[in-house]
Order: sequence, then C-alpha cells, then structure tokens
Amino acid sequence: MSEVTLGGPPPAPQVEEHHEHHPFLQHHFEDLGQQHEASTLGMWMFLSTEILFFGGVLAAYWIYRVMYPEAWAIGAAQQIWWLGAINTIVLIISSLTMALAVRNAQMGRRMGTVYMLIATLFFGTIFLGVKMYEYTKHWQEGLFPGAAFTFQWPQNPALVPKIELFMTFYWCLTGLHALHMVIGAGLLIWFIWRSWKGHFGPEYYGPVEIMGLYWHFVDIVWIFLFPFLYLIHGAHHG
Amino acid sequence: MSSLTLHDVRFVEPEATRNYITQDYGALSWLFTKDHKRIAILYLISITALFILGGFFAVVMRIELLTPEGDLLTSDTYNKFFTLHGIIMIFFFLIPSIPAVLGNFLLPLMLGAKDLAFPKINLLSWYLYIIAAVMGLYIIITGGVDTGWTFYTPFSTQFSNTHVFGVTFAAFIVGFSSILTGLNFLVTIHRMRAPGLTWFRLPLFVWAMYATSIVQLLATPVLAITLVMLMFERVVHVGIFDPALGGDPLLFQHMFWFYSHPAVYIMILPAMGVASEVVAAFTRKKIFGYQFVAYSSLAIAFLGFLVWAHHMFVAGISVYSAMIFSFLSYFVAVPSAIKVFNWTATLYRASVSLMTPMLYILGFIGLFTIGGVTGLFLAAIGLDVHVTDTYFVVAHFHYVMVGGAVMAYMAGLHYWWPKITGRMYPEWWARLAALLVFAGFNLTFFPQFVLGYLGMPRRYHAYAPEFQVLNVMSTAGASVLAVGYALPLCYLLWSLWYGRPAGPNPWGAVGLEWTTASPPPMENFHETPVVTWDAYDYPAMMKAMGETQNV
Repeated sequence: MSEVTLGGPPPAPQVEEHHEHHPFLQHHFEDLGQQHEASTLGMWMFLSTEILFFGGVLAAYWIYRVMYPEAWAIGAAQQIWWLGAINTIVLIISSLTMALAVRNAQMGRRMGTVYMLIATLFFGTIFLGVKMYEYTKHWQEGLFPGAAFTFQWPQNPALVPKIELFMTFYWCLTGLHALHMVIGAGLLIWFIWRSWKGHFGPEYYGPVEIMGLYWHFVDIVWIFLFPFLYLIHGAHHG
Repeated sequence: MSSLTLHDVRFVEPEATRNYITQDYGALSWLFTKDHKRIAILYLISITALFILGGFFAVVMRIELLTPEGDLLTSDTYNKFFTLHGIIMIFFFLIPSIPAVLGNFLLPLMLGAKDLAFPKINLLSWYLYIIAAVMGLYIIITGGVDTGWTFYTPFSTQFSNTHVFGVTFAAFIVGFSSILTGLNFLVTIHRMRAPGLTWFRLPLFVWAMYATSIVQLLATPVLAITLVMLMFERVVHVGIFDPALGGDPLLFQHMFWFYSHPAVYIMILPAMGVASEVVAAFTRKKIFGYQFVAYSSLAIAFLGFLVWAHHMFVAGISVYSAMIFSFLSYFVAVPSAIKVFNWTATLYRASVSLMTPMLYILGFIGLFTIGGVTGLFLAAIGLDVHVTDTYFVVAHFHYVMVGGAVMAYMAGLHYWWPKITGRMYPEWWARLAALLVFAGFNLTFFPQFVLGYLGMPRRYHAYAPEFQVLNVMSTAGASVLAVGYALPLCYLLWSLWYGRPAGPNPWGAVGLEWTTASPPPMENFHETPVVTWDAYDYPAMMKAMGETQNV
C-alpha cells in the first residue's frame, strides 16, 4: 500500500504483534494504521465540503458587502464587538484544550484526556451562552429579519432593507456556526464517555484526533465570521 | 496473502459456500446491513421505483402533447408534472444511479477490498435518500410543486403557493446522501486498494467514479447552502434573492448552476466509466490511450466547475462574462472527445461481440456524441439566444442524460447482472429491449431538436398546431421507449429464478470483480488479491489461455 498512497498525514503507529485483533479494528481494514489513515482522510474531505457549504453563503455575503458597504458598516455597528472578542478568545482556548486532549490520548493518559475534553466542552458551552445572550438582545432590538425586523435608521431610511440583508447573513452565518458548535458539544459528551471507559490509547487515538479536526475547523470558521460580522463598521459608525 | 496469477483470474472455481445474498435472511438483515453489496441492492430497488414514478409523469406529459390544445392536464397540473419529472429523475434517479448502485457494488470488488471505507456512512446515505424520497412522495400526494426542478427565484420564494419548502428540504437531504457516497468512494480509492493495485492499474470505471466523487464532494454543498438560503427567504421573508429588498435573483441562478452544471458530470462521468469497461470486455482489447481516458475524467470534473453561467446567457449577465463562459464551455468538449475517440480507436479492427451491454454502449457512444455536440451549439451565445427555453434544449439534455447516462446504466446493469445475482439474463429479450430503447429514444427526442429550432417553447401544455406532427412522432417514440424500459424490469426479475447460473466470469473478462464467485461472498475475496497486471490485460490473458488450454 505504502508505495501508492497519496498525501495525507504520516502513518500512524502500527499495531504490535500481540494486539493483532484490537477491539476497535473494523473487519474490512487490514490494520489500525489503514483504519486511521482512512478515517483521517474522510474527515479532511468532510471538512472540504464544509468549506464549500460556508463558502456559498460567505460568497453571497461578500457580493452584497461590495454592493452595500454603508449598510454593512451600520449592521456591524449593531454588534457588541467585545462580546464577539470574548467569544473568539474562548474558542481559541477551547482549541488548545482540544489539542491537549488529543495529546493526552496519544500518551495514553486516560483522565488527562477526559479532563481536557471536559474543558473543551466547558468553553464551547460558554461560547454558546454568550451567543444566546446576543441573539436574545438582537431579537429584542428588532434585528431579526422578516416580519420581526423593526430596526429604524432615521439618517437614511432607504438603507433599512439593506441593513436587514446584513442581519439575514448575520443570522444565517452565526446560526449555521452555532449549529456546528451544538453538534460538536454533543460529540464531545460522547467522547468524554468513551475516554472515561478507556477506549483510547497510543494505539488507538484516531477518533479523538478526528474530533479535534472538526472542532478546530468550527473555530476557524468563527475566526472568519468575527471580523466579517463585528469589525467592519469603520470609525464613523462605531 | 497469496498472489493471483492471470491463470487464476480466468479459472477461479465458484464457491459453494454462502454468498452475500444467502448470508442472512429477513428484512432486518437487509435494512441494517453494512455490506456494500446489499446496500447497492437497496439502492437498486429504490431508484427503480422512483424511475417508474418519474417515467409515469413523462408518459402523461407526452400524452398531453399529442394534441395542440391543453386538454388532458390543466396548465397548473402540467407545471407540477414537469417539475416532479425533473426532480425525481435528476435527484432521485440519475445522480444516485450508477454510483450508488453499480459503484457501491463494484468499487470494493474492483479494488480488492472487503468493503467501502465507511460501511455505516454508506448505509446512512441510503437512509438519507429514503427519508428524502418519502418526503417527496408525501408532497406529491398532498399537491406537488410547480417551480421547475431549478427552483428559480423569485417565483419559488414569493409567488408559488405549492410545497416549495418541503421539496427543497428533500433535495437538501438527498444532497447529503450524494456527498456521503462521494466521500466514501474517494477515501476507499485512496486507502483501500489491494497490494500492487497502483493508480494506473485501476479500471477506468474507478477513475470515473473518482472524478465523479470529487464533483459530488465539492459541488453539492453549494447547492445545499443555496437551498438553505432559499428556504430561509421563503419562510422568514428576507430578501437575499429579492430585488425589492436589495437582493438579486441572478445570485440564486449563479449559485444553483454552480452545483447543477457540475451535477451533469455526476451523471455522465460514471456512464463513461461503464463504457470503458464494456468496450474493453467485448473487444478483448486494452482501452486505447488508457491514461488519456483516465485523465480526461479528471479534466471533465475540473472544467465542469468553470462553465455554469452558460445556463444564464439570456438571464441578464454581462456580455463579457457570457463570452468567457461560452469560451470555457467549449473546453469541456476536449476531454469528452478524447474519450469518444479512444473508445472508437479501441473498437477499430476489433472483433466486437455484440452482446446486450455492448449494444447499449454503442448506442451510448452515438447518442452521447449527438448530445455533446448540440451542447456546443448551446454554448455558442448567438445560437443559444435563439433556442433558449425551447425544445432544442430539452432534446439536448435528454440526449446526454437518457441517451448517455441511462443507456450506460442499462449497459452496466446487464454487464454486471451475472455478478450481482449469479444468473444470466435472457440474451434475446435483452437485445430486443436494447434495440427498442435505441429506436424509441431517437424517435422521441430527435423531433424535439427540430421543434425547438422551429421555436416551440418548453414547459407549456399547449402549442401551435403546426408543431403537431413532430409532437405525435415524439409521443409515439416515448411509447416504444416505455416498452423498452418495461421489458428489462420483467426479464431481469424472471432471471432471478429461471436465469442460467452465470459462474464467476461469464464474459471471460479481466478485472478483480470477475475473480470472485457470483454472487460474491460476504467478504468479497477469501484472500486479499495481489495485483501484478495492468487493467484490461486481455492480450496477456489470451496468451495465458492459449498456453493452458492449448487452443
């Protein structure tokens, strides 16, 4: 196999002789190394579909931003930038704890993995809590698009539909991102349970690594969303 | 691991042990199976049912078009019928057809693997398909949808009072089914090949599936997010695609065709893969220009992403972007022609055995060529303005979809039927059906080229009386075509019980799938094969046969 494989991460540690029938080796793979490579490649490919998925709505966002820069600036000025900044920091820390969880799994430290995954879940939950606060506030301020949109801009009422368009993208983008966070939190709970049961170790840590890939990806999406949605308001609208 | 030689390839004994069909019994053993072969059968049954449903809508539309007056269906009902015909045939039949049935069954066999990389995800993709199909059926029963399969805004978001939300949600779900199939295939081709099976030893069907999977993986999510925005707009009444609120309906068309043009290649690339397999098997030759055919699949997948706006020449895009998209669209003809010329070169001076799969593929090559060349007519901006939204377009894409993709699907189904079921289909009936399909198809759709050029618009239930003769021809052809499709349904079912046992390799073909029993055992191969030969090594096999049998 090795002569013909393309790209991908370095090969995972091979199974030792006495562990030939590892409990988590699926029957259709030759060994854990092949299983690990296949799962990792599968996750990277899934993430490439995610890039296109978010990319579609980001492309639409970008086109309208070029068309309506002023409305976009006013829309971004309605966000509380420091809440977004806190959430950015929270997510970056959660990425660190996620990476440490992978490392602990590789080293075979069962409780270290569990603690780090719990920490990741904790920071993820803080992010979602802050997001819920923002959503509630936007709803009360009439910043949810459609019939509930009561936001006024007396300086230039003609801009209101475009500001509503900005808020449409705000809710679409952050909503899809939050949905990914919720799914990630659910997966984390499952992984905490599996780590607690001692499923992972130096021979078999692939799933934790793949969980990490997903989590980091969701973080990176936020790293793009934060400036696009919070920080483009310019001096005169701040 | 033991090494299989070419000698073994030809003379593997059928195993008396249990195979994937007889391994377990009961509905649950099928509904919860993780075996790629069983999932392929689940897909085969599902897409056949939806093909019949989609065909029903087509037949009623053709009956309506017998007369110039709109007398059988009201215009609203007719709108729903062509919409449902399009949605069912594209999302629920053509896109899953060859990949999810033949690809699912064959890919691990061709790669010498025990299964696809992610068996549970494979089953999940079928369940997503079924959930979407059930949603679609529910919507058909409760009133249908009338937007056309393209869901163009603002009609779909503001004006249509049919089940747009439900249908787009179903299309969203079935899209994920398609993504998961593509993802599974890509990982399997990368990571599950048997020892010695290098990239340029792969059958061209595998190359075609690889290219198809790339398109499924990278284009489908854009459709998904576009449909999400459409649903959001329809439900919350925001203005992403609504000019009154600052949006732009053209953006919807751009994003829709960013998926839906590459989706054409999701349908035709697998068909090209089947063509390569069948041409090699029934000419006993290596495919001429193997590497060119392999790379041309990737080239089609790549170029397919760069041509979407040729669907929008009259929609109000700038003339400069129209010129660029027209120019780029011509490029797709190059890899497509490479394939057609290489198949033709393989056929040249070969002793072609005209079994049913080969008949279908000969039809495929001719009809796909007509469909492809008329695609160039449509890529030319001036001519496109003349024939946009006429029956010329309808004829063009049916030559590619039905004349191309469905013909190749039928070829593949017959070619691998002995492997899938262990039984031969009745050759005489199958040849008759192939000829009926070819004749019926041309009689149905060739007159539509003329109708379109004369100016008959698509998507109307009534038309000017001077178009009637050609429409009657088209409807007559559709009747022949329907018989041609009904026959295989009968004789293939018949063959399950009364067909001659096929043995492991009824065609004397090379390829790993023919080295195992028919039907294959649950684990595909008793020992992982080691590959030491190139794809389509018929010359070496013939030589080996000559030595062992002394013929």
